[in-house]
Amino acid sequence: MFDDLDELYQEVIIEHSRRPRHGRRLECFDASAKGDNPMCGDRLELFVRHGPDGQIEDVGFEARGCAISVASADLMAEVLRGRSDEEVLQLAERFRELARTGRSSVPADEALETLQPLGGVHNYPSRVKCATLAWHALIAALQGRKEASSE
Amino acid sequence: MNSAANAVTLAKEHASKRLAEARADFPILAERVHGRKLIYLDSAASAQKPRAVIAAMVETMEKQYANVHRGLHWMSERATDAYETARAAVARLLNAREPEEIVFVRNSTEGINLVAHSYGRGVLKAGQAVLISEMEHHSNIVPWQMLHDAHGIALRVAPVTDSGELDMQAYARLLEDGRVGLVAITHMSNVLGTVTPAERIIRMAHDAGAKALLDGSQAIVHRPVDVQALDADFYVFTGHKLYGPTGIGVLWARRELLERMPPFLGGGEMISEVTFERSRWASLPHKFEAGTPAIVEAVGLGAAIRYVEEIGYPAITAHEAELTEHALARLAGVPALAVLGQAQDRGGVVSFTLDGVHAHDVATLLDRSGIAVRAGHHCAEPLMRRFGLASTARASFALYTTREEIDALVDALGKVQEFFA
Repeated sequence: MFDDLDELYQEVIIEHSRRPRHGRRLECFDASAKGDNPMCGDRLELFVRHGPDGQIEDVGFEARGCAISVASADLMAEVLRGRSDEEVLQLAERFRELARTGRSSVPADEALETLQPLGGVHNYPSRVKCATLAWHALIAALQGRKEASSE
Repeated sequence: MNSAANAVTLAKEHASKRLAEARADFPILAERVHGRKLIYLDSAASAQKPRAVIAAMVETMEKQYANVHRGLHWMSERATDAYETARAAVARLLNAREPEEIVFVRNSTEGINLVAHSYGRGVLKAGQAVLISEMEHHSNIVPWQMLHDAHGIALRVAPVTDSGELDMQAYARLLEDGRVGLVAITHMSNVLGTVTPAERIIRMAHDAGAKALLDGSQAIVHRPVDVQALDADFYVFTGHKLYGPTGIGVLWARRELLERMPPFLGGGEMISEVTFERSRWASLPHKFEAGTPAIVEAVGLGAAIRYVEEIGYPAITAHEAELTEHALARLAGVPALAVLGQAQDRGGVVSFTLDGVHAHDVATLLDRSGIAVRAGHHCAEPLMRRFGLASTARASFALYTTREEIDALVDALGKVQEFFA
């Protein structure tokens, strides 16, 4: 009945939404922000810890949201470790493009391959902001803002 | 069978036959979505339009359109007639004493804002309070918060019981000190489907020295409303949920209240004389209708009212009650599904949650089956918080909804669960 939904709800997305690996508040963090999707009431709080070298060491989140927003936060957390803020902000830009168009113009790297399953969201305009919520919160956290909105 | 009873039976048969044929009046119901038949269960957000409404609007623009109330020529007189005929239709629908008590606004939100601004700032005094309920739409919360911030008029909130009904004991207590100047409560919840005991709410408000406003956005779609029998002071509703167009809504208020209230917006149409020193206000209802109004939309609303009257509230109410009962019975059989709100008196709106599946995911999957439902907080965040929820999915019914459509919803929900299992 929902065959054509396989593109949106890929196995990896269902899996990450059901059992997020990074769905926890970090005991120790140096950046955090709340993400808010006012149209649907979804909320997410993101925690980031940098190592002594300035690279991201760990990411965790607490979320109340749909399968897409939780899976997106979890996959994001997965690809952030070991990256600098600068790299991460570039990645955020490319992810936004992926969510909106299903493609990324820059040659794929490992991180974007991990995020690729979320590209299916581009066929569902009302769900794009579910996928980008965590990334909005990430940008806010790294820029020292406390709140972000996916509106 | 005597002839009177016979006439009643015949009338009922005619009504149900007319209702059974009503689907054909709505062209959009023949559309397909994602290759499937459209099953539109989102009428509480906005209802679809019958051909009679569409035709009336087209005819106005093609045959009798000009600006209104400046009628020195034939076209303007025709347009003014059509516009004022629509106002008379609204007065008849609400059983208002006179059409002059009907103010055309854009929607319920604007009607409430008009009252908050004009009655709130012009008549209520700092230190008085406005009393709303926990199940209000944001449109009946935010204008009062703005009034509070600007004029120090307190905002009180009557709680909702676990079954989703207004807590009448708490409501009575909140009225006790006599400081409430205005009660503003929904006539039917857009989330819970609860129909509130309007007569009792109004009587208690009056006993405590308060005026009462009812938000009839949902209620008027499902039941007849008689503002005189209710003894209400203000009543608002919006056209687009009553099978009419967007951009047109209604504020009804007692004449003596409208006369005491200062204008809301200033401009053309609402004055009788303008000099640079001062202006004098036009008579009712024009005092509250600044600028060129939504002429075509008002005509559309008039046509929608005639359409509803033709089918008849008895048939509509009976049909929707049966659909709601059927939906509640079928949904009770879906495992891990919980319906929000178990009010005794309810209309055709059913909100629900599905264990382990977010409402947005439910809505996206249903959409792919051609089924349109709403998912989210339904512009009633405080109510959702009251029940510890972030969002629900909501199916809402209209006169064109069928049992088969509800069965299709239930079947699809079973498949949604399988999909996420």
